[in-house]
Parts: sequence; structure tokens; C-alpha cells
Amino acid sequence: MIRTLFVRGLLAGIIAGLAAGAFAFLFGEPHIDSAIALEEAAAHTHTEAPLVSRGGQVGGLFLATALYGAALGGLFGLAFALVRGRTGPRSGTALSVALAAAGFVGVVLVPFVKYPANPPAVGDPATIGSRTSLYLVLVLIGLLAVAAAAVAYRLFEVNGGPVRWLAAGLGFLVPVGAAWGLLPTVSEVPEGFPADLLWNFRVSSLGTQVVLWGVLGVSYAFLWYRAERVAGVPQAVPV
Amino acid sequence: MSQLSAPHVQPIPLRNLAWWALAVPVLLLVAYLVTFDQGAISQAGDYLHELMHDGRHLLGVPCH
Repeated sequence: MIRTLFVRGLLAGIIAGLAAGAFAFLFGEPHIDSAIALEEAAAHTHTEAPLVSRGGQVGGLFLATALYGAALGGLFGLAFALVRGRTGPRSGTALSVALAAAGFVGVVLVPFVKYPANPPAVGDPATIGSRTSLYLVLVLIGLLAVAAAAVAYRLFEVNGGPVRWLAAGLGFLVPVGAAWGLLPTVSEVPEGFPADLLWNFRVSSLGTQVVLWGVLGVSYAFLWYRAERVAGVPQAVPV
Repeated sequence: MSQLSAPHVQPIPLRNLAWWALAVPVLLLVAYLVTFDQGAISQAGDYLHELMHDGRHLLGVPCH
């Protein structure tokens, strides 16, 4: 049972990763190329041979998104196994989509608002350590805030609709708002870097993550539904 | 609506899930190698960083 949920998670993750890679290739790569061109124009001296050619890096894009998708999908399958029957929608397909939406908000959106993606040439290499730590702290806070919202939603079960949603909203927004306000701001865009390039790159990066999590949630729902039917589990019958 | 929904689902017991928790560090390691490794764990120097470079930028993690 758990193995089925896990393996389908890996599979859905690879599908999602390849879809995200294709989106990134079509809509993100042109901005990366533009940013690298600016970077090299600014550096003037660029004599050392690159460790991986640009072509290799573009191939590496698909490798990166597929591997990342697989890891994410495996974790997603285990989270699905943990959550199902405990909280969230009773329908497995709805639960899959809801989990993916919650994961996207916690893992992607919460950090993105404070520390958005940057193209090459933006960001001081000397601060990569602290920026990475801050980013991971926000991922953790995002996940905890999503969990807090789910717990708050359950706690106020007897109060019904509006109160439950208000409690869930506060359970999410209070920790996230505090973190956005209190964590240090990073502002390392070089003087004269084109604003439209920065904006377009960030939109394409967020789009890549939307595709990743969206395809993950939907394809997992589909694979789960098929596995359930094959297993002969009785379907919902109107009474 | 509730009359049409599936019968109540029994949660998977936590002790059955415990073994599978061992997969979590492995999956996190793969995610780490893709998104953050600069040679510290892989011992591959900057190779993974350079190979995964575009993916890191577009997945939105701090790259350099």
C-alpha cells in the first residue's frame, strides 16, 4: 500500500520535473542567456574554459528538474500516505491536488515573496552562504505555517465555515508575516541591471515551479485514481 | 454532498510508515545535490553546480 503510494509519487515527480524543465527551457532559458551576456560584457576578461559548456548546462536543466521532481514526488507520496484519512479532503484525488497546492505555497511562494529567484549576474557570491540559510529558514517556516493552518482549521471544526477559514488564515499569515517582516532584506541587484529582464526572469522561474507542483498534484491524483480502481476498492455509491 | 462521498478512510498506521521514513533523508540528499551542492558533500567540486546551474536559477534557489 505505502509502496504503491511512494512509487507513484516518484513517477508523478519525474513527469512533473520534465514538464517543468520543458517550461523552463522555453520561457526561462532566453532570460538566462541575456543575463549571462550582460555578465560577460561586464567582466571583459573571460578566458578560462567553462567546466560545463552552455549546451551541457541546458541539458543539465532537464536533469536537474527531473531529479528534483523525483525527490519531491517521493516525499509527496509519503506525505500523502501520512495525511490521508487523518486530515484534508476525503477524496484521494482532491487530497493530492490540495497537498500540491499547500506544498507550493509553503516551499515556493513563501520564500519567493521575500527572496525571489535571481538570474546570473545578480547576487554577491560572498553572501551565498547566508542567503542560502535565510532561504531554507523561510522554506521551513512556510511548511510549518501551512501545517499550522491545517491544525487551526481542524481545531475550530465545531465553529463552522467562516470561523474555521479565518483561523486557518491567521495560523498561516501570522508566522509568515512575522518572518517576512523580521528576516533581513537582501538587495544585491547590480546598478544598471535591466529591470524588465529581472522581472521576466522571476516570472519564468515562478512559472517553472507552478508547472512543477501543478503537474505533480494532477498526475499523482490520476495515478492514484487508476491504482485504486485496479485494486478494486469499492467506489463511492450514492445512498 | 456528504452522501456521495467515499466511505471514511482508515489512516495508515504510523508504525507501518516508520520504515518508509528512512527514505526521507535519501530524497532530501538528492534534492540537496541538485539545488545546493558546491562540492562540500559530493566531493565533485563545482561540477554539480555548473551542470545543474540553469535548473538552480529557474527553480529559484540561491545559486551564486
